[in-house]
Amino acid sequence: MPTDNDKNIQEIRKKIALNKLRDHLFWIIGLLSTLIGFVLLFTLIIDLFIDGFPRLGWQFFTSYPSRFPEKAGILSAWVGTILVMIVTAATAVPLGIAAGIYLEEYGKKNWLTHLIEINMNNLAGVPSIVYGLLALGLFVYFLKFGESILTGGLTLGLLILPMVVIATRESIRAIPNSIREASYALGATKWQTIKDHVLPYSFGGILTGVIIGLSRAIGETAPIITVGALTFIAFLPSSLITSEFPFLSFKWLMDPFTVMPIQMFNWISRPQTAFHINAAAAGIVLLLMTLFMNGFAIYLRYRFRKRIKW
Amino acid sequence: MKERGIEFILLLSALSSIFITLSIVFILLYEALGFFKDVSILEFLTGKQWTPLFAQPKFGILPLVAGTLLVTGIAVAVALPIGLIVAIYLSEYAPFRIKEVAKPILELLAAVPTVVYGYFALLFLTPILQKFIPNLSGFNALSPGIIMGLMIIPYVSSVSEDSMKAVPMHIREGSYAMGATKFQTAFKVIIPSAFSGIAAAFIIGISRAIGETMVVAIAAGMMPNLTLNPLEPIQTLTAYIVGVSLGDVPHGTVEYKTIFAAGITLFFMTLSLNILGFWFRRKIREVY
Repeated sequence: MPTDNDKNIQEIRKKIALNKLRDHLFWIIGLLSTLIGFVLLFTLIIDLFIDGFPRLGWQFFTSYPSRFPEKAGILSAWVGTILVMIVTAATAVPLGIAAGIYLEEYGKKNWLTHLIEINMNNLAGVPSIVYGLLALGLFVYFLKFGESILTGGLTLGLLILPMVVIATRESIRAIPNSIREASYALGATKWQTIKDHVLPYSFGGILTGVIIGLSRAIGETAPIITVGALTFIAFLPSSLITSEFPFLSFKWLMDPFTVMPIQMFNWISRPQTAFHINAAAAGIVLLLMTLFMNGFAIYLRYRFRKRIKW
Repeated sequence: MKERGIEFILLLSALSSIFITLSIVFILLYEALGFFKDVSILEFLTGKQWTPLFAQPKFGILPLVAGTLLVTGIAVAVALPIGLIVAIYLSEYAPFRIKEVAKPILELLAAVPTVVYGYFALLFLTPILQKFIPNLSGFNALSPGIIMGLMIIPYVSSVSEDSMKAVPMHIREGSYAMGATKFQTAFKVIIPSAFSGIAAAFIIGISRAIGETMVVAIAAGMMPNLTLNPLEPIQTLTAYIVGVSLGDVPHGTVEYKTIFAAGITLFFMTLSLNILGFWFRRKIREVY
C-alpha cells in the first residue's frame, strides 16, 4: 500500500513529465512558426515564377508599356528605376553619412543632439506615404520640380535617410577609441582622424546600410504614386550623355518617369488576366533585384564581421 | 578653420532631419487647415460617410479609420503571436545553425517590395480563401490583413528577440537552477523581464500595419465602408491617398486637400504609437 510520500513523488514526476512535454511541444511550435517565414518567401517566389516566367524574355525588357499585354514591356520602368536610384543615392548617402558622423563624433550630449536623435527615430517610423505627401507639397508644388525624376529621387532619398544614418552610426560606434587616440597621438586633427581612419574602417557597415536602404527604395510604390509618377510612359528620359561639351546632360532630371513597382501596380489593377501575367513577370524582376541586393548586404556584413578583429 | 567648417557642414546635415520633420508637419497642417475651412472638424471626425468625389460630397473620416483599424487588427492578430513565438524560439531554443539561417531569411522577408505582397494577396491568397469562405468578395479586408500580418512578423520578432537577448544570463541560470524548463523560464522569467522591449516591438508592428499602403490598395478594394466585416471590401486611409493620387487631382481643390486631411490623421496615429514605443524602448535600458 503506497504511502502519502510515494503518492507525492508520483504526482511530482507526473508534473515534471508534463512540463517536459510542454517544453518539447513549444520547441516544435517555435520551429514551425519560424518556418512560416521560409514557406511564405518560397511560395511567393514559386507563385510569381509560375505566373510570370513565360513572359520574361528579351522583348519584355526592351518594350514600352502597351495596350496589348503581349507587346508590353518594362523598358521605361527599369530605366526610370535606375535614374531615380541615382538621385536617391546622391541625396541620401552624403547627407546620411555626414549626419551619422556628426551624431557619433562631434555631437555633445546636449539637448540638440538628443532632439536630433529622437527625431531620427521618429522619422524612421513615419509611413512612406506621408513622405509622398511631403514631396507633393514641397517638391512638386512649392519648389516646382514637377512630377519629375528629381522629385521621385529626392522623395525616396528622404525616406531612406534615417536608415543610412542609423547604419553609419552603428558602424562608427563599433570602432574602438584606441584607434582614434592613436591617430590623435600622431598629431592628426579630428577631421583627419575621421577621414583617414574612422570612415575607411566603418566602410563595410555603411555600405551594407546603404544597399539595404536602396533596395527598400527600389520597392517603394506609395510615395511615388503620390508625387504623380505616370503609369503609361512610352518614351525614355533624355540621355545622360551628350555629343557636345560637357558630354553630361542633366535634362533627364526634369523628365516625367515611371518605375518598376508602379508599372507592376498598374498591371495588377487591370481586370484582364493577360496583364496579371505581365505584373508577375515585373514582380520577378523586382523581387530578384531586392533579394539580390539584400543578399549581397547580408554577405558583406558577414564577411566584415569575420574579418575585423580589433 | 577648416575643421570648424567641416563640423558646421556635418551639423547642417544632422539638422536636415529636423527640417524634414518640420516640413512634414507644416505641409500636412497647412493643407489640412485649408481643408478644415471648407469642412467642419466635427463633421470630419464624426461623419459616417466618406464620399468626397460625389456631387454631394460627405467628409466623414470614420469609414477610412474603421477600414484601417480592421485591416490592422487582422494583421496584428497574425503578427504578434507568431512574431513573439519566433522571438522566443530564436532567443531561447534555436541552435546556432538554425539561427544563422533563419535570421537572414526573416530579413529578406522584410525586404520584399510591398507591391509584390499585394499581388500575392489579391491573386494567390484571396482565391484560396474563397474556396473556404464562399461569400468572400474578390476585394476584402481579410486577405491583405493576413498578408500584412505575415509581412510584419520580422519587425516584431527582431525587436522582441533583441530585448530577450538583453536579459542577463544569470537570471536564466537562476530559473534553470530551480528546475524550470526552458518553456517555464521563457514565459515566467524572460517575457516579464523583457516586457518593455516586447511592448515596443508590438507597437512598432501595429504602427507598420497602420501605415502600410500597397497591400491594401491592391487587395482590399477602394470602398470606404463603415464595417467590421472582414469579408467585405473596405478602404484604408493610406489606400484612399493612393486612390486619389492615381487620378488627376488639380492642385488646390477640396479633393486635393482631402488627401492631406487623411494624411494628417494617419501621421498622428502613427506618431502617437511611435512615441509610446520609444518610451517603452527607453525603459529597457533602465532595467539592468
